[in-house]
Amino acid sequence: MKQEETIRIEGLSIGYRSKHGVKTVAEGISDSIRSGEMTCLLGVNGAGKSTLLRTLSGFLPPLAGEISLLGKPLASYRERELATVIGVVLTEKSNLQNMTVTELVGMGRSPYTGFWGRLSAADRRKVEESLTLVGIAPLRNRMVQTLSDGERQKVMIAKALAQETPLIFLDEPTAFLDYPSKVEILHLLHRLSHEMGKTVFLSTHDLELALRVADRVWLMSKQGEVRTGSPENLIVDPETGRFHFEP
Amino acid sequence: MKRSVTLGMILLGVSILVLFFLNLLLGSVSVPAGQVWKILWGGEVSNPIWANIVLKSRFPQALTALVAGAGLSVAGLQMQTVFRNPLAGPSVLGVSSGASLGVAFVVLLSGRLGGVALSRLGYMGEFAMTVAAIIGALAIMALIVWVAQKVRGNVTLLIIGVMIGYVATAIIGVLKFFSAEEDVRAYVVWGLGSFARVSGGQVMTFALIMAVLLPLSFLLVKTLNLLLLGDGYARNLGLNIRRARLWVITCAGVLVAIVTAYCGPISFLGLAVPHLCRGIFRTSDHRVLMPASLLAGASLALLCNLLARMPGFEGALPVNSVTALIGAPVVAVVLFRRRKEDTGE
Repeated sequence: MKQEETIRIEGLSIGYRSKHGVKTVAEGISDSIRSGEMTCLLGVNGAGKSTLLRTLSGFLPPLAGEISLLGKPLASYRERELATVIGVVLTEKSNLQNMTVTELVGMGRSPYTGFWGRLSAADRRKVEESLTLVGIAPLRNRMVQTLSDGERQKVMIAKALAQETPLIFLDEPTAFLDYPSKVEILHLLHRLSHEMGKTVFLSTHDLELALRVADRVWLMSKQGEVRTGSPENLIVDPETGRFHFEP
Repeated sequence: MKRSVTLGMILLGVSILVLFFLNLLLGSVSVPAGQVWKILWGGEVSNPIWANIVLKSRFPQALTALVAGAGLSVAGLQMQTVFRNPLAGPSVLGVSSGASLGVAFVVLLSGRLGGVALSRLGYMGEFAMTVAAIIGALAIMALIVWVAQKVRGNVTLLIIGVMIGYVATAIIGVLKFFSAEEDVRAYVVWGLGSFARVSGGQVMTFALIMAVLLPLSFLLVKTLNLLLLGDGYARNLGLNIRRARLWVITCAGVLVAIVTAYCGPISFLGLAVPHLCRGIFRTSDHRVLMPASLLAGASLALLCNLLARMPGFEGALPVNSVTALIGAPVVAVVLFRRRKEDTGE
């Protein structure tokens, strides 16, 4: 599969602006990510992984620098258009009482549906396809509140797939999961990036697992530095330990 | 749409027709069913007083109950979804308190400032109270909408709404303290809430306003479905969260404002009916819940109105007592049964 640049980041500074001033979380981030690549963002708690992910998703404006998605500046995307470019899996809790797995995955089709959000036959096919790809087709009629954490995470990944976006961003998709489920989810995401050409970008704490499955790794320090590279290079880099195990 | 959903909607629709007719039929004066039917279709009846009772008293009251129940339930559903809080209801944003404050200003101060108690002015007094309630509710609505643009968190907005409610209640307390006893009584009666207050002429205006507002609120079904996922997911799926929140709050607020203006504060329906519908239809999809809440709200309000003035009662019970006494156990049973099914206990 031909790999193309999907994300270009130049001189990016992230953080928060408020009346009291600017709080910079990280700065000077530059990199380019390609389709069919899985990138893991690693860092200790409080390093700013979620802030970076939220900035890349367009939820937070960058303090400085440029983010381009598919060759177009992120800031120039309209909401609905951006919804067809990035699919996200977040840590936030949704109000999912009384909703079946199919209904939830079907919500991923929202950017393509009309005023009432009615799914067409093609939309329903896409939903079914996403359920099968993630391996949760047998759960299709189950109520979401009856699923385990791992199953629920897979449902959210299927929703992002149903959204049919070239980029998928995931915030801590393996948090709160047992070890076998973590391995399963990361391998699933690896498969999706390599077989479907998706650009998968995820934040995680699991250094060991991430280094095994990622094509690229971003390391974030609490001091606001971001180091990017291939897992092989970062493993032999003596600085890696400082980034990941700092107090 | 699933067959069970269609069947549920049809049953709710039929229950409205039956309860509406029972509302026209039953009361302290007994009117034969055949005669009620004739009156409705403009036929000759043996006793002209019956026509007066049915057309001038029972019909406006039933129509008011139907429309108010539908409006409050739809508003309650919207509030619960936008605030992601099952305890949210039409009263949480202080809109009902705003209406009460408007009425309190007019009723309690009219005697003291104007020299004539509003409660003695009859129809004009009623009209002034309705206008005051609308102005009061919409003023609070405007304040809430302004705050909604300033604050990000839903919980913050919810707390501010509740605080506004407290402030309004406190001001009402002060006004009561300085008012004549007769005016306080008139205000307390308004505050009990009633479907019987709206007279024949006003009821058509009320019904017409709601006939425009309720279909408009259906335009928000996709927005409400997306809001269920939480702000982050909804935004990622293309929703402008701030605009969506503003639209939903404005829509729910206006519905509550209009209903409260005409009927006084009616508790319970707006909070309970959405839960009832989720329990019956076992879905979170607003394409089902919106029409279901509208129909179930109308039906439950008609049932409560009927029970409040069952034959044998002198006059009518306060409708707020009946809505809670009848509705609460119904909702509790539905929720318990559903939980039992979910957990397989």
